[in-house]
Amino acid sequence: MIRLAVPAALAACLSAAAALAADPPIFQPGAPGSPSRALSPEQSVGLAGSGYSTADVAFMQHMIVHHGQAVEMGALIAGRTDNRDIALMGDRIARSQASEIDMMQAWLVRRGRSTQMQHPVDEGQDRPPAPSGHAMAHHGSHQALSDVPLMPGMLSPAQMGALAASSGDGFDRLYLTGMIHHHQGAIDMVDRLLADPGNGEDPQLSEFLSSIIADQSAEIARMRGILAGVQIHDVRGGHP
Amino acid sequence: MRTTVKSVVSLAALGAALAACSPQAEPVAEGPPSRADLAPGLFDAGSVIWNLERTASVPPPDGFFDLDTAMIALSVPAVTADEAGDAVTAADDAEEEPPQDDAAVEAAESGEAPADEQEGRGPGLLSFANSDLAFTGDRVIVGGFHGFNVFDAANPDDPQHILSVVCPGGQGDVSVHGDLVFFSTEQNRGRLDCGNGGVDAASSPERFLGVRIFDISDLDAPRQVAAVQTCRGSHTHTFVPHPSDDRTAYIYVQGTSSVRPASELAGCSGGEPDENPETALYSIDVIEVPLDAPEQAAIVSRPRIFTDYATGEIAGLWAGGAMEDGAQTAASTVSCHDITVYPEMNLAGGACGGNGILLDISDPVNPRRISDLADPNMAYWHSATFSNDASKLLFTDEWGGGLGARCQADDPADWGADLIADIVDGELQLRGFFKIPGEQSAIENCVAHNGNIIPVPGRDIMVQGWYSGGLSIIDFTDSNNPFEIAFFDQGPLGPDALRVAGYWAAYWHNGRIWAPELVRGMDVFRLQASEHLTANEIAAAELIRFDEANTQTQLHITWPDEPVVALALLDQVARGGAMDAVVLGGVRDAVQGWSDGNADANAMAAALASVTDASSRPGLSSADAGRLSDLGAMLERVH
Repeated sequence: MIRLAVPAALAACLSAAAALAADPPIFQPGAPGSPSRALSPEQSVGLAGSGYSTADVAFMQHMIVHHGQAVEMGALIAGRTDNRDIALMGDRIARSQASEIDMMQAWLVRRGRSTQMQHPVDEGQDRPPAPSGHAMAHHGSHQALSDVPLMPGMLSPAQMGALAASSGDGFDRLYLTGMIHHHQGAIDMVDRLLADPGNGEDPQLSEFLSSIIADQSAEIARMRGILAGVQIHDVRGGHP
Repeated sequence: MRTTVKSVVSLAALGAALAACSPQAEPVAEGPPSRADLAPGLFDAGSVIWNLERTASVPPPDGFFDLDTAMIALSVPAVTADEAGDAVTAADDAEEEPPQDDAAVEAAESGEAPADEQEGRGPGLLSFANSDLAFTGDRVIVGGFHGFNVFDAANPDDPQHILSVVCPGGQGDVSVHGDLVFFSTEQNRGRLDCGNGGVDAASSPERFLGVRIFDISDLDAPRQVAAVQTCRGSHTHTFVPHPSDDRTAYIYVQGTSSVRPASELAGCSGGEPDENPETALYSIDVIEVPLDAPEQAAIVSRPRIFTDYATGEIAGLWAGGAMEDGAQTAASTVSCHDITVYPEMNLAGGACGGNGILLDISDPVNPRRISDLADPNMAYWHSATFSNDASKLLFTDEWGGGLGARCQADDPADWGADLIADIVDGELQLRGFFKIPGEQSAIENCVAHNGNIIPVPGRDIMVQGWYSGGLSIIDFTDSNNPFEIAFFDQGPLGPDALRVAGYWAAYWHNGRIWAPELVRGMDVFRLQASEHLTANEIAAAELIRFDEANTQTQLHITWPDEPVVALALLDQVARGGAMDAVVLGGVRDAVQGWSDGNADANAMAAALASVTDASSRPGLSSADAGRLSDLGAMLERVH
């Protein structure tokens, strides 16, 4: 915390002022048609309190793992494709999701929560034990890669292996379809979280949930366009 | 530790004191100064200013600031995170909560009991953040996540705080018309009664997501007079005047959240349009407001502005065809983030996630898309601003959502930037990009954000906020080559970790630049003359006055026939060398005589002839041709 030196006399004066009602006034309106009530500054600050639910915590822990796969997918782009649209988009997704992982970890740490996923997502089907690391942890071993993703909306270890083994057009297609599936998984996770009241009320989390829906659906739209062969010409500085 | 309350009062006062006595950086004569390595500080951060003067710093009002909340770190080093996480896991989720416990106690004492399964109640990051502005009369209204504040700015360099309204539940995008304040709410915690704590039931009429209308005609008794619920809440909204009836207005509502269930709000359902033609996605909401009876405000249309008008396909912007593998199940939750309307041009610019669009709003209830644009450099089309003549549309890209540090040296200069399009025969055509220099650090959230036009005649000039990247003013008269002409930047809130701060926006209004800071309150600036902007150009801009201004409702600027406007145009012609210096000197002398009240008819006639002659010279840039044309027309009128 930053500490500011306040002269003692000034501090005393300000403390005395704090006991008085707010001037100018602070009002909390009621529902339409109802009167407002006056608040003290302390009451106003108290009204900013918003909690978080156990489901919010689990969401953040899961999304860290989910985002981690997008970063891993981005790391596969270099050397496997010459498609500029995919290189740009993949780089941006990897950068964005990496910094969002930092943000999610800080959110959890601040609340005294583990940054690790506590248990696999229960989707009503049997799942293998969660691997200790990321889905790519098995890549390179002689073991057969699992077809079962760690959680819905992620690629399975086998799919990640196939992506890593591909190049050129084949890579482009696997990357785009994989990332669309991956992004859709994140949007579904947000929808499921918000389906229950009491979740997603923390303002920072709420902003983050909105940005997942907004950013990732915009990216899905763009990736669909790239998949469908839509060319976005770079005409900057040029003429139609 | 119960420091919260004292912090609010003492810091607000201290901030004012510091702002009043902190020395301003000296303008640098040549080239823009560096904005790297500015010292951190809450109200005393190091700063650098170029071609501007900061005339006021208004601290956050009491009840709208909390020091602990302001200093929350957005990210922690990965190693620390792992260690902390492991430690907590080992301790089996010990019940120790961080400092917000105090606020939780206060909340409980004030009757705001925590909901079941809710923990750690207290302000969180962004809880008190300021957002957008609206202007009416002498009043400046500052929206935010905790409600809104009203300032009397009869003296713009000493705004007086006159009212606070608490109403948490979203970023609080704000518009004004007379005594009516329009206010966006989008978060799950939003309540119809402006209370806190959300709603326990899965579906409840007590939850509120949408646009509220407040009446602040009585500053001692502001009231909520209407609350129009929408399926996806209101991330932003836009005030749209009726083309002919000044007692009716429309509000365009841009909702970006999930669609809520019909059990909570009838008529709401989601999904793709091929499966559900009634989906609340792929549309905006249009609210009609009877201004004499705002309590009757209601949604009158949900226009399908992404439609392919040839085929009728609602999701018309992406000719997808058959998708492969997992792609066909992808739901593009498409919406607009923000729309700027330009009523006098019957146009609107929509920043709509994956696209920028141009709308015809001749019929404001049924806006119709006339052009759209995509670009691989744009992560998230966020806001739009027209040039005054509506020949250009500048879009911002909010890559990273505003929380990310996206202006570092290795961040691409076309990402998280401004994109400038020309409008040619109603069609958007991509031109240039602008981004502030990559001199921000890893702990300063930075990306292109909101702004508006500075009314300098003869040029397209815009001011905008860049969060912790400060505020910046650019000339985009040549849409291929925008360049910066002034800026202000200050250091981060604190050392070592990213803390979310900076200018949400920077708007020109009635001679000043008004810049709401997420944490630090609001700053006011004046332009200073420089090689990039003359005193005449500034004086011409300061002539333009509007009684009311909503920042996403663009107002057409018409300059009066005043000598300083002519002098500003002459300064521009001289800057570009588009006129012989001796001839130009003669014109300037004639206009100066007019300015001094000694207009000489013969000199003015000669000046008009010189300008007419110069405007017919071949090889003129279109900008200089326009300036000479405007100047000639003015001389003709006053001659």
